[in-house]
Amino acid sequence: MSKQKLTPEQQEYKEKIKPLQPKPPYLLNVAKAFLVGGLICAIGQGISNFYLTFFNFNEQTVGNPTVATLILIAALLTGFGVYDKIGQFAGAGSIVPVTGFANAVTSAALEHKSEGLVLGVATNLFKLAGAVIVFGAVSAYIVGMLRYLFQMWF
Amino acid sequence: MEYLLAFIVGGLICVVGQLLMDFCKLTPAHVTSSFVVAGALLDGFGLYDQLIQFAGAGATVPITSFGHSLLHGAMAEAEQHGFIGIAMGIFQLTSAGISSAILFGFIVAVLFKPKG
Repeated sequence: MSKQKLTPEQQEYKEKIKPLQPKPPYLLNVAKAFLVGGLICAIGQGISNFYLTFFNFNEQTVGNPTVATLILIAALLTGFGVYDKIGQFAGAGSIVPVTGFANAVTSAALEHKSEGLVLGVATNLFKLAGAVIVFGAVSAYIVGMLRYLFQMWF
Repeated sequence: MEYLLAFIVGGLICVVGQLLMDFCKLTPAHVTSSFVVAGALLDGFGLYDQLIQFAGAGATVPITSFGHSLLHGAMAEAEQHGFIGIAMGIFQLTSAGISSAILFGFIVAVLFKPKG
């Protein structure tokens, strides 16, 4: 991983330990991620249908309340310590859905609770999840600019 | 049927994330960051809307939809105010997600005790 030049001895050692390193069980991990991730999305579909039937939302706008509800559920599960267990089992299946974002926010805040409300909880709230917002905003800005220019010229 | 589609498409997006983590040794933060960028790029070509129409929550629940709605808000405002609108609208549609993450994250952190 590191970009430093390795000495011949270090390279030799790296080759030597390669067969001894445990391989992740690829297929099992993929199956777990598919199951749990799919299940979370199916639950999201149920919440979407609930908002579509009982509130004034349409197919385009229903994503918003659905995401907010899932975030509430995931934050509570993180508080009870359940989401970490799901995460250990499911890997990316619990990280990729928006619930993983809520878990990152809540767990970072909880972890630093002992440092106080301002310097602990509030400062560290976006410690893990901030990257998502930064990269999202930057990429959306650039793509938005490009698309706007494209629309102006063609 | 729509539940099955949401399950399959959402599950497949998670599988891509799992493969990135196992084979390319990416950390979860790297995976989610690249997925958000991918969502914005796909929406730039108008592809993500089609995926949402096809899979419903299977496309809106994964974090890729965050990039998609960031761009959507920006483009909606850009239609009215031109270039400046991109900056004005970027968080318009994702405001529910971000504000609820802040609110619930804060409340849970105040009420609960850290575990483990």
